[in-house]
Amino acid sequence: MAQETDQIFVLLTGWILSYLPEWLRPYGLAVLGVVGVLAVYVTLFALTTWFERKGLARMQNRYGPNRVGPFGLFQPIADGVKALVKEDVVPFRADQVLHFLAPLILLIAVCMELGVVPVGRNMVLVDMDAGLLFFFAMGASTELSVFMAGWSSRNKYSLLGAMRAIAQMISYEIPLLLSAVAAVMIAGTLSLPKIVEAQSGFTDMLPHWYVFTPWGFAGALIFGIAASAETNRCPFDLPEGESELVAGYFTEYSGFKFAIFFIAEYIGMFSISSISVTLFFGGWGAPLSFLSFIPSWIWFFAKVMTMIFVFIWVRGTLPRLRQDQLMNFAWKFMLPLSLVNLGVTALWRFMNDDWQRWAACTAILVVSYVVLGLTGMRSQHVAPRKYRYAE
Amino acid sequence: MSPVFYLLAAITVGGGLAAVLLRNLIHCALAAAVSFAGLALLFLSLDAQFAGFVQFLVYVGAVGILIVFAILLTRNADEQEGGLFSRTWLMGLAIAAAVFAVLGWAVLRSGSVLPNQLASPVASVHDIGVALVGRYVLPLEIVALLLTAATIGAVIVAMHEKEGEQ
Amino acid sequence: MLGEGIIKGLLETARNFVGSYVSKERLTTVQYPEERWELPEAARSFPFLIYDGADSHAGLRCVSCQICEKECPPKCIYIEKSADKKPDAVGKMQFYPERFDIDISVCMSCRLCVEVCPFDAIKMDKVFELSTDDRFGGLLLDKAQLSKPNSYYHKIRPTIAARIDSRLAAEHALAKAKTSVAMTAAKSAASKAETTGGGGI
Repeated sequence: MAQETDQIFVLLTGWILSYLPEWLRPYGLAVLGVVGVLAVYVTLFALTTWFERKGLARMQNRYGPNRVGPFGLFQPIADGVKALVKEDVVPFRADQVLHFLAPLILLIAVCMELGVVPVGRNMVLVDMDAGLLFFFAMGASTELSVFMAGWSSRNKYSLLGAMRAIAQMISYEIPLLLSAVAAVMIAGTLSLPKIVEAQSGFTDMLPHWYVFTPWGFAGALIFGIAASAETNRCPFDLPEGESELVAGYFTEYSGFKFAIFFIAEYIGMFSISSISVTLFFGGWGAPLSFLSFIPSWIWFFAKVMTMIFVFIWVRGTLPRLRQDQLMNFAWKFMLPLSLVNLGVTALWRFMNDDWQRWAACTAILVVSYVVLGLTGMRSQHVAPRKYRYAE
Repeated sequence: MSPVFYLLAAITVGGGLAAVLLRNLIHCALAAAVSFAGLALLFLSLDAQFAGFVQFLVYVGAVGILIVFAILLTRNADEQEGGLFSRTWLMGLAIAAAVFAVLGWAVLRSGSVLPNQLASPVASVHDIGVALVGRYVLPLEIVALLLTAATIGAVIVAMHEKEGEQ
Repeated sequence: MLGEGIIKGLLETARNFVGSYVSKERLTTVQYPEERWELPEAARSFPFLIYDGADSHAGLRCVSCQICEKECPPKCIYIEKSADKKPDAVGKMQFYPERFDIDISVCMSCRLCVEVCPFDAIKMDKVFELSTDDRFGGLLLDKAQLSKPNSYYHKIRPTIAARIDSRLAAEHALAKAKTSVAMTAAKSAASKAETTGGGGI
């Protein structure tokens, strides 16, 4: 019985496909998979906007939206209707083609990212040999669309917001990739379902998740921080901060295009949370071995929603980082720490499995964290600059 | 020569043509990014997964952004540069034809050696990784050296003056 | 150490989050149309006219002296004096206002009208939910809309109304006792009431 609820979507897909002729089945599989993934994630997006507003509100000692339905649950519908009926204002001097294409390309890139995530046992849309690389390739395409959005508005503030957003995304991509590579090193494969399977054992009821190892813990932290920087989330949301740059690179977007940017940001957040859950938190595996009767896809979405809650929690707590503080943090703290993490992972891989491995790796990580924290994050001297070459 | 190949070839060549023929410089840069994406899709259609994804990640994600930043930081892209063709177009045409001839001769010669290669070569990521740190470790280290030199150069250009040299 | 402040901040926010479900001090929102916050006694919005007793015409304290109309800085009060007279609280025949209009879109709640009224006839109300969809006539309140009983005044400002009523009762007693020989005793009582009483809003 537990096996069947676990595989219920796979069985359902098989049953529907059995009604199709033989030559139509691959296309039918593709369509069903895409429809399923998109339906789930768009519903999750609507739920998350509600969840975020209520969560932030409760952290700020107030109610969230509570008028539109029971506990405000229909608020996303109201927001969607508002976005649809708003007038779509495009500035006269804006680059019409690029202005139209930018949100589309962003949405396409983040939706493609969802294709490689293993949502449950045997439930991944495309099982590629280099799945993680595909994910990061699509993440790189989002930067181009952010630039297009900022440039096409012919607005200095949008352009400034776009440049800052791209600089931030590029800077944080390196710690993101390096901490992911640590997990790949231990699992030995770039394919995401296989990484989840590598974490699926249990020793005395505790799972083999990578987050419970020193390098995995540091890697998960680095990945989480870099992930919130990649998706322009607080405290790294300077490009879209309302008080700094009037919504930054999507200032000139109104109505449904703005809603598409919003959707793309949230779905990007989901996909990067899904990848971090897959890499470090055991994917669709249960936390304790006797809880394995609960279906795998429930565990996966529970973990993703917990990660989303952590993102909301951090958003409600921290102030926004300034651009130079952001860049300092990326290059002077995160990058060296992720390189040290990579070295520690290699050490872990080649040492024997006993307490010395744990002690050595933990000690190296803690020492480097403290040293980098003291040296890398010193405050800058603020004085007029002298340029050496550009006179 | 499937229809998919023609479509991808059209995207790649069209992107390349647009990158040189368009008036607005930013449009040219983005058309070049489209051409890179087309090339990545061509790699994927040949089952070279690693090459295709890395092409996307590096070219579209990093080189495309680099080109765009270079344009933004050095010239005003709103101006329409006078004249689409430069004055030395005949020389340029001759050199481009020569390069094309050399490349075409190389491709056609290799095509004649392996006429009907149907089985796609299996080069998984694992094999590529083993080759990179096994047989081809020297090019890897040289590339790393190049990157280090570029990073150091960038840091020097952007560095603050030392306190003594006010 | 790096990261310490973040942890402390996260714990504080978590305390807010969990506390907002259990304790009132962590969730201080008043949900407006359903719950209302009690206004302080001295809060004021716009003027109204007081009448004693049950009949809004016979008990109206205003004798149409037009001092408030003259003192009002934005001139939002418009009074038309009546042609005949009616008896007031002590029986003396007084004029009364035929028309008494206040334009509350002009009124600035300065309460000068209340300060100068010799008869305690006009006082400040506390009602602020006065929006209407009639832009031109809806905010012009006439005598019928402005007249409210003294019991209403007691309800919205209990201590001040009690003080004014005691002073007025003393003055009426004095006026009634003017005709009698117990004038001195009443005068001393009136002067004592005047020092303890006083004006009110």
